[in-house]
This record gives sequence, C-alpha cells and structure tokens, in this order.
Amino acid sequence: MNTVIIGLSRYALVFFIAFYAFHCFMAFAYGKEGTRNWFYFTQNAFMIFIHVTGLVVIAMQTGNKDLYVACALQEVLFLAVIALYYVIYPNSSRLLINNMCMFLAISFVILSRLSVEKAMKQFIVVAVSLIITMIIPIIIERFKNMRVLTYIFGTVGVLSLLTVMLLGAATNGSKLSYDLFGITFQPSEFVKILFVLFEAGMLTDKDEKTGKIVMRPDPVKVVTSAIVAAAYVVILVLSRDLGSGLIFFVVYIFMLYASLKASLVLLGGAGSGILGSVIGYKLFSHVRTRVIAWRDPFKVIEGQGYQITQSLFAIGTGGWFGMGLTLGSPDRIPVVERDFIFSAISEELGCIFSICLILICISTFLIIMNVAMMIENPYYKLIALGLAVNYAFQVFLTVGGVTKFIPLTGVTLPLVSYGGSSVLATLIVFSIVQGIYLLHKEG
Amino acid sequence: MEFFDEDLDKETRPKSKKKKTVRVNHEMSVVVYFFVGLFLVMLGYFSWFVQIKAPDTINSSYNMRQQNLAKKVIRGKIFAANGDVLAEQAMNSENKEVRYYPYSDVFAHAVGYSTHGGTGVESVANISLLTSDSPINERLQKEMAGVRNYGDDIYTTYDVGLQQVAYNALGAYTGAIVVMEAKTGKILAMVSKPDFDPNTVSDNWAKVSNDKEKTPLLNRATQGLYPPGSTFKMVSLLEYMRENPDNYEDYTYNCKGRITVEDVTVDCFHSSVHGKVDLKSSFAKSCNSSFANIGNLMNTKKFSDTCSKLLLNKDLPIDLYYKRSSFALDRNSGREEIMHTAIGQGETLMTPMHIALITQAIANKGMMMRSYEIEKQTNYQGTVIKSYEPKEYKRIMSEKEASVIQEYMEEVVNTGTGKKLKDAGYTVAGKTGSAEYGNVKGESHAWFTGYSNVSDPDIVVTVIVEKAGSGSDYAVPMAKRVFDAYYGM
Repeated sequence: MNTVIIGLSRYALVFFIAFYAFHCFMAFAYGKEGTRNWFYFTQNAFMIFIHVTGLVVIAMQTGNKDLYVACALQEVLFLAVIALYYVIYPNSSRLLINNMCMFLAISFVILSRLSVEKAMKQFIVVAVSLIITMIIPIIIERFKNMRVLTYIFGTVGVLSLLTVMLLGAATNGSKLSYDLFGITFQPSEFVKILFVLFEAGMLTDKDEKTGKIVMRPDPVKVVTSAIVAAAYVVILVLSRDLGSGLIFFVVYIFMLYASLKASLVLLGGAGSGILGSVIGYKLFSHVRTRVIAWRDPFKVIEGQGYQITQSLFAIGTGGWFGMGLTLGSPDRIPVVERDFIFSAISEELGCIFSICLILICISTFLIIMNVAMMIENPYYKLIALGLAVNYAFQVFLTVGGVTKFIPLTGVTLPLVSYGGSSVLATLIVFSIVQGIYLLHKEG
Repeated sequence: MEFFDEDLDKETRPKSKKKKTVRVNHEMSVVVYFFVGLFLVMLGYFSWFVQIKAPDTINSSYNMRQQNLAKKVIRGKIFAANGDVLAEQAMNSENKEVRYYPYSDVFAHAVGYSTHGGTGVESVANISLLTSDSPINERLQKEMAGVRNYGDDIYTTYDVGLQQVAYNALGAYTGAIVVMEAKTGKILAMVSKPDFDPNTVSDNWAKVSNDKEKTPLLNRATQGLYPPGSTFKMVSLLEYMRENPDNYEDYTYNCKGRITVEDVTVDCFHSSVHGKVDLKSSFAKSCNSSFANIGNLMNTKKFSDTCSKLLLNKDLPIDLYYKRSSFALDRNSGREEIMHTAIGQGETLMTPMHIALITQAIANKGMMMRSYEIEKQTNYQGTVIKSYEPKEYKRIMSEKEASVIQEYMEEVVNTGTGKKLKDAGYTVAGKTGSAEYGNVKGESHAWFTGYSNVSDPDIVVTVIVEKAGSGSDYAVPMAKRVFDAYYGM
C-alpha cells in the first residue's frame, strides 16, 4: 500500500501544481468574479493536497510521526491566514495570498525532507511573521503620509548597511548576518524594502499648485537618488553581497525609468551595468571566482565549481518527474536549504514541478505589477513597481544561478528558501502590496 | 459565491479612463514584457538542459546520485556486436547482486567496470544503463509495486573474435592494440595490458589501484602516452609534401647511419646505413637521418600548425576517457627539438588511439571519423531507443595527400620495414616504429599502425608493445594475427 501511495504521489504532486499554476493565469484571463473566485477556491484545495501529500510521503518514508503533527499545525496556519485575510481585509488580493501560501507549503515540504528541525524552526518564524505582517496593510491604508518619511528610510537603510559592512570587515567579510534570539538576521533583506520606499519618495514630487504627487521630480532630487543608489550598490559589493548589489541596481534603474519615462534610462542602465560588471570582474577576486565556476564548473569541480555541479547533478538526475521525496541526495549540495532550494525541489519533485513553481513566481510578479498599473498615486505606483522588480529579479538570480544560466550570486528563493529574515522581508513586501491594493480599492 | 469580492480591475474600470491609463502605464508594460521575456528565455534554457544536456552532464564520475538511480533500476546489459553478453547483473554465491563479466580480463578496459567512478563503456553509457525505457505501463506498474525496472541495454561495436585474437596476440607483453573500422571509426577491438579481472576489481581495489609498477587499470590504448617514434614520419612526410608540393619527389639524401647538425646527432635505428635514399625510400626504410634532415628543411611554425590540425595537444573525437597527446614544437624550438620531433622522438607523446585515428583518416581519403564503440541503446526487450551512426569529424588532409601517404605506406610493406605483411593474402599499407624511451639508447617500444585492403580499406590496426624492440619484429606480427583473423586466415 505504501509503495503505491509513494509511487503515485510523484505524479500526483506534478499534476496538482500544474493545475494550480494553470489557475494562476486563468484568473488573469477570466473577468467574471464568480469564475475567478471558484479558481481561487480550487487553488486552495490543490495547495492543501500538495502540502499534505508531500508531508505524508516524507513521514512514511522516514517513519517520523512528528511530521503528521507538523502537517496539521501548518494546515491550521494556512487556513487561519486565508480566513483572517478574508475577514480583516475582504478587499485584499486573493491570488497573492494563495501564492504566498503555496510558496510556504512547498517550503515546508522540501524543508521537512531536508531537515525536520529546520522546517519546524521555519514554521515558527513564518507563523510569527504572518501575524506581525498582517497589520501592515492597514498601516499603509490609514497612514497616507508615508512619503514624508522618505529621508528616514534612506538614512536607516544606509546606516544599517554600513554597520554590516564595518562589522563584516572585522570578520574578514564572511559575516553578512547576525543571530538575534536564535533567528538569523540578515539586514540587507530589509534594507531592500527601505531602499524601494526611499527611492519612490525621491523619484516623485509634490506639485506646488495642485498638491498632487507627480513623477519626474526636480533634477536635484534625481541626482541625489542616483548617488544614494550607487552608494548602496558599492557598499554591498564591497561586503561581497553581489546578489543584493545587483538587485538594488536593477530595481533602481527600473524605478528611475518609470519616473522619468525615458527609454534612455534603460540604455544607460544596461551600459553602466555592463561597465560595472567588467570593473567588478577586474577588481574583485570573488567576482572572478563566480564567473570561472559558471563558465566551466567541471574544470574546478573540486573547488569553486563544486556547488554548481552538484546542483546540476541534482536537477539532471531528477529529470522531469523527479526521484520522489526522500529518494534523491539533495543534501550533497552545500547550503541546499537556502540558495539551492530550487535544485532540491527539481531533484525530488521533478523539473515539471519546478517549472510550475517558476510560473507561480511569474504570476506573483504579474499580480504586483498589476497593482502598480492600477494605483493612480505615482508614489505607490513606484513602490509597487520597485517591489515587483525586486521580487522578479531575485527569483531570476537564484533560479538562473543554480541552473547555470547565469553565474551564481547566492540569493534565496523568496518564501521557499530557509531563513528567517528572508521570509519575514518577503512577507513584509507582500503585505505592503496588499496595502497598496486596498488603497486602490478605496478608489 | 457572492461573498468573494475581488477583481483584477479589468471590466470595472470606467471605459473613459482606459486611454489615459494605457499611456501612464507604458513604462509598466515595458517592465512586464522585459521580465516575462527574461523568464521565458530562462525556462527555455532550463527545459533544454533537462531534456538535452542533462544525460551528458550527470554521466560524470563525480555524480554520486547514480547510486540513487540504481535503487530504482536494474543496471542494463552490455552486448558485443554479435549479441554476446559482455556485462550483466547476476547473483553471486552469497546471493548478492553483482556485475558479471563473462569474458573477464579480455574486455577489461574496453567494457570497463561500474564501481569506483567507472571506466570504459560502463562509464560512457552509465546513465543509459541506469535509465529504464521499458513500456510505460510496465514501468508504472513496477514503480507502484516498489519493484525495480529493467535498465536499458547497450550494444557495442566490439567484435568478440577480433578482441580475443588481439588479446592473445599481445600475450604477456605490456602494450595496447586498437582495431577500428576504416571508413566508420567504429572500434572493433581494444586491448590494453597488463589487465585485470573486472569481476573482482572491486574486491581487490586497494591492490589493483595501487599497483604503481604494472598500472593494470590504465587503458594504454587511450591513456598511454608514448613517443610515437617512426609512425610520426607519416606526419613529417605530410608536412614536407605540403611545403614542397611540386618537387617533393626530387628529394634525395645520402644516409651514413647518422646525421650531425649544430652538435645534434641523430642515429638511424641500430645505426644502419641506408645510403642514397629518396623521400619514398626514406619512409619505407624508416631512415632517421634522412627525416631529421627533412625536419631541418621544414618551416617550424607551419609544421607545428599541421600537427595542431592533426589534434596534437588537442581533444580527440572519442568518448572514452583519454589523455591528450602532447607536442612541444613551436617557432622558438631549437635544433635538437626540431630534428627529434621530425622522427617522432623529442617531447612528442601520443596515445595509440590517436595514431589509429590519424591512420584511419589516411585510409578514409583524409577524412577523420569520430570513433565510437556504442552502436545502440535499446530497452530490455530490444526496442531501439537511440542508435549511433558514423560521423565525420574533420578533414585533416586532402584526398591527394592521403593517397600519396598511402602509396608510401604500401612501400613500407612491399620493400621496407613492414615486409612481414607482404603477400599475406590481403594488401596492407602501414608504418612501423621503434620508439626510444627515457635515456636508454637502443631499447625501444615497438609500433605498427596500418590498414588492410588498401584499394577499399577495411580495418585499421594500431599496435604498441612496450620495451619489446623494433616495430618490424614485434608489432608487425601481432598486427598480422589480427588482420589474418579478420580475413579468416
């Protein structure tokens, strides 16, 4: 009996997630509210199927009975979140909530497989974060003067990054995170959000006559915003956090483009991006190392190429349908539960599953962009755009990195990877988006 | 479902506002298209990797996940061209599943072993052997029942008869024999000695792998680097012809058994005095003095370029694990290196497989074929999953050049160092070699490389016998046994 369940589960999981991803896009295509609501409801059902099936299979394979309890607790959390959002914020974006829960469900499944202890820890962090972040939409909705805090956002952001860099320098650049109350705390995750809030303020102006917020601010402000953005990127590259540096850069370029409405910004961005990469390559050995490992990892398989080759072995051996939960060797990849979670998912759940996961990420990006398009206020428009680009580019960096599409930058897959600050920061992003969505609904 | 109140702001937006919104959101649309495009390209790459690239990537000895596949699939069988089993799963006396090799030592290097990183066909086709392409219903049924599926089988191009003969011909000597189909590059036989028994290699691993003196695990056919000796004169000849296309036939030299230029002396084998020779007889008699002289007449840079085209210091078109040949001559080389290189000594080191490939190209009118040893992959019921066809690799010389070298190689057999192959009942074009190694004068590795049925070439045979003596005395007779067997004599 068990073998039948385990054997079937491999295909069932692929089918469930494909169905879920399909409904993400159907929701965009169908206008009728009733139909869409039905889609969202089905999505919840498939999310629960995936989560329960995954954990039951792992429990059967490993004989760890605790997982049934964990499964039940996590289900309670999901249902509570969906219900609470519905009650407190009836106007919130349900598709975004569904995707959020889906990512967390996949995260709990794959983390339980990698390390039950880490999965439990993550569960607690997620639960607390969900409760904390639930108040954010209402803050955004009520506190309409957030823009006055722009300079505070900027100052706090730069200061925290500088602190990290100086402390990091003391430990030879190896430490980008700190343990607070047993939770790993990586400031750059939160600074990303402060950065977007800061730049959204800098790249908009208050029209003196009408009192309305408008795009295309005073040139002095634009120049200041660029200098601050450059400072962020340089500090991050110096503290060896290449991935974050790149994300800040790309986020800024797109925000600037949206504010100035000039295609020239994109061209200049591409140009300076290429120039910056070349300079970075020449100046920093840690940049060169990544590029060498990307071009021919098998040449340096015992050294810098080890992680990426293990990741390719995992993805390739898993194939389209995966080895099945607990039947692969994802633990051979160093830091699999953070930067390489996508490889672990591909190895055991299969590449069709992970393609569907990427599709859900794309749909999440589209939801945030949709919010950016709908909201009239340019300030919130820019915030939503910045957060959307931040999210999409981070997904691109991590998935592209572990599949050797681009060099590794060492960033996490939002909400799926293990890590307290990453998950909290992403949940903050999602709830800010919900807040802006509510503002739009108000009209 | 009325209580779900939600929309994505499509039809609820007043029509009049639509136009304005579109203009405001132009930049937003650009961002959407940019990232969706980026993701689609990445998804395309990802699918390409999983479908096309992955089988090669994961067939690496560093991929420890192959053990995971073995838990789901019974490793497939390896067959010879005639259908004889060369490797299969079997139960040992303790009722434990083991890999069984019926021909034990004979196919040791050709088929290889599957443990300890793997070698030979076991390594090249590792993932195929661990992949099941049984009918889908059977596969699912077994998976649900928790039973392992049958892995795919591999049909090699190996000819059991020729392999057996080559194996016996080499006898107790250290060395290697490669037999290849002249027009296709198919490997028909590949022997390397000393050898080992693949049935016990895992049990005796510590002993076998640490045997520094015999190095039985080394496949000398593809990994053994030897000075090519006089077989390299095929290359020097080609270069001389290229540099003197109109008058190479007018070349003459008076051999006195040795040549000295700028304090560098090169001796003919056993200091034989060949007297007055032209290019053809220099080649047929393998006159070192004359070829050292030719080396001095050649443009070093052009010679070095020709050698690069013949894949010295380059990757070979074979899928077995191999060592690249090494070659040191460049425009700055001194007199000694030039003269020694021209006769196949000096810093040049080549594998027997590489010599066989060059010979194959000469036989095939200048076109080198990719060499291969896997004919097809089938599921356990024999349905072909993937089959391999001969593939041209690249033209390394013109048809004209190949035909001249062939003519000279026939002369080797007719009047020169390969006379033992004359009147054998089939025609042969070949070249012998006696490659001195280390600093010992007079002792040499014996080489022969050549092909049979010159007018319409059948098979290429390349032989190296370590520390045996001259090519004509030791390597030629071994090659002859293989040719004889091929023609049933």
